[in-house]
Amino acid sequence: MTRFVERHPAWALIIIIAVAVALWLIFAVWPPGLEEAVGRKRVFLNALFNGITLGGLYFLVASGFTLIFGLMRNVNLAHGSLYLFGGYVGYAISASTGSWILSFIVAFILTALVGVLLQVLVFRRMEGQDLRQTMVTIGLSIVFADLMLWACGGDFYQIQTPNWLIGPIELPLITAVKSSGEPVYLRYPLVRLVIFLASVIIGIAMWLALNRTRIGMIIRAGVDDRDILAATGVRIQIVFVLVFALGAGLAGIAGVVGGTFQSLSPGEDIRFLLASLVVVIVGGMGSIPGAALGALIIGLAEQLGSVYIPTYAIVVTFLIMVLVLALRPQGLLARR
Amino acid sequence: MSVTHDARIQVRSAASTAQRQAARGWPDINNPAAWIVGAILLIMPLIANGFFLIEIFATTLILGTIALSLMFLAGYGGMVSLMQLTIAGFAAYMVAVFGVSANTNISLGWPWWLAVPMALMLATIFGTLGGALAVRTEGIYTIMITLAIGAAFYYFTNQNWAIFNGHTGINTVSTPHFWGVDWRWDIPFYYVVLAVAALCYFAVDYISRAPFGLALQGVRDNPRRMAALGFNVNAHRIAAYAVASFIAGLAGVLQVWNYRQISPGSVSVGACIDVLIIAVVGGITRPIGPYIGALVFVLLRTFALDFLVRIGLDGNRFRLLIGLGFLAIVFWSSDGVIGLWQRWRQSQGRQADRPGGGHHG
Repeated sequence: MTRFVERHPAWALIIIIAVAVALWLIFAVWPPGLEEAVGRKRVFLNALFNGITLGGLYFLVASGFTLIFGLMRNVNLAHGSLYLFGGYVGYAISASTGSWILSFIVAFILTALVGVLLQVLVFRRMEGQDLRQTMVTIGLSIVFADLMLWACGGDFYQIQTPNWLIGPIELPLITAVKSSGEPVYLRYPLVRLVIFLASVIIGIAMWLALNRTRIGMIIRAGVDDRDILAATGVRIQIVFVLVFALGAGLAGIAGVVGGTFQSLSPGEDIRFLLASLVVVIVGGMGSIPGAALGALIIGLAEQLGSVYIPTYAIVVTFLIMVLVLALRPQGLLARR
Repeated sequence: MSVTHDARIQVRSAASTAQRQAARGWPDINNPAAWIVGAILLIMPLIANGFFLIEIFATTLILGTIALSLMFLAGYGGMVSLMQLTIAGFAAYMVAVFGVSANTNISLGWPWWLAVPMALMLATIFGTLGGALAVRTEGIYTIMITLAIGAAFYYFTNQNWAIFNGHTGINTVSTPHFWGVDWRWDIPFYYVVLAVAALCYFAVDYISRAPFGLALQGVRDNPRRMAALGFNVNAHRIAAYAVASFIAGLAGVLQVWNYRQISPGSVSVGACIDVLIIAVVGGITRPIGPYIGALVFVLLRTFALDFLVRIGLDGNRFRLLIGLGFLAIVFWSSDGVIGLWQRWRQSQGRQADRPGGGHHG
């Protein structure tokens, strides 16, 4: 942190000012002039919260993607299919048992199993051939998409939100002041906040597991140089299978999350594949904090963009990617 | 920096005069199979009826030309770009926007001979800019970035109503009509498509043996050494993107004339990936590959439904068939159908060499 400030004083100043402005926008009661210029504060806060929670979902999808890439140099373009598969599994479980929590567990286990099978049966056979692996994942994503269309049809599915999470809660953020002087607080769906908290917890747990445990140390060593790691006697194939299972399982969990606060249908796989691509390009390939930062930026850009410049929302996302590629081709938080 | 400068180095570094002459010649001239295929393509309107002529052969040639632009980038430049269909779609949109269509509030109504060069120029600029972005990274990153560009364009055309008319797209695009010929009639249109495809094929074939193409292949094989030799690696790559974009743009113009409409569905991510499948299935080492791949793809797309129903399966599983076929090709032959063919030829040759081996003829 201090090193960053020392090395880039101008950028640090810009970031501090931006954070201060954002905090003021969130906590202060907007003066009437500002409300006239950009619209109601409630709309802004809603878009902001939607963006942050969407960022949480993107993080869940992209972290698995970036983890698999970081260790195995495998651009898994079937990651979107794993997301959709997890979502459908979650829907089936929650529709038959009524348990939302159980649907997460089963979705995680089943998609992780698919990931293990992919790694053992397919990717192990073509280790080191990046391009061929990527082609295979493209073929697999086509096959999976059609199999899922076959099994589930083209309908929209939405996973039932459990009763204890339905409804909005009031947040201690003032959106406006009534003429009587009574403040109006922001009301926001509880389920999205819970899901966002869960993705933050998963992110922190992943960070801790990677940085504070032995297996995490092995994985980080593998990201840096997997040949030397294998030479030191680590059974790297087991590590690969484990990481692939974890990455796929995270995509499965994300599918259940996405099925709860959005919906599941054919085509969502490509949407989330694109989202994770952009997120990891922006954040930096193979970096978990990068995935978190990228997911937050892209989620916010998408939601704020769709509120304030509706027809060009996708262009904003794209421009961010272009800007990052132009200034820092390796991504914001990548080391190399 | 300049291509002429590179050319001098390239000529000097060629190993021997004989080798150079072999590289400079047209390899197809001595191949009887190439002459036969060319002759069949020329007299095709006598053999095939309107459906086969347009739906099978013209579509094959158009898709093959788009895939050819990908083959040029991937085979000679080592850059797998998934945005070639997006560039073609962009050119198609531009023809519809500048030319005449039923959406009079959008189309500017220029005559075709003005709209087409404009569309080609814009598509080339678009593709070159995208390429300039993509060459900042390497290898598998290129796939990701070009896929992201393609997907962004797809979502943008869906959202934008001012230029791209949202998800309905632009309909009833007019086609050229001069010298008393409506060039969208089946037979004239087939010849237009054939001429453009042949032009692109021979252009790529020529470039692959020209100094620029040889330098590009050098960049593909060892960018570091090429940079040390004084070649501007990125300039070559971006120039390759410009060439490929122009080819894709030409195919896009033909595509919009073929269907007379363009909508976001034509530039979807799935369609972008189809182009990759076509190129890989055909083989990305030689310019003929994409056309073979396109023929396989179009035949499958057109007849898979009947075929699947006949053997008692659900006819809608066409994409499953395509995906499995693609997987099989990627698994067994890194060089697509061409690779399989060459391997078969080699094994035949080996058998013939053996005493008492099976004869062939």
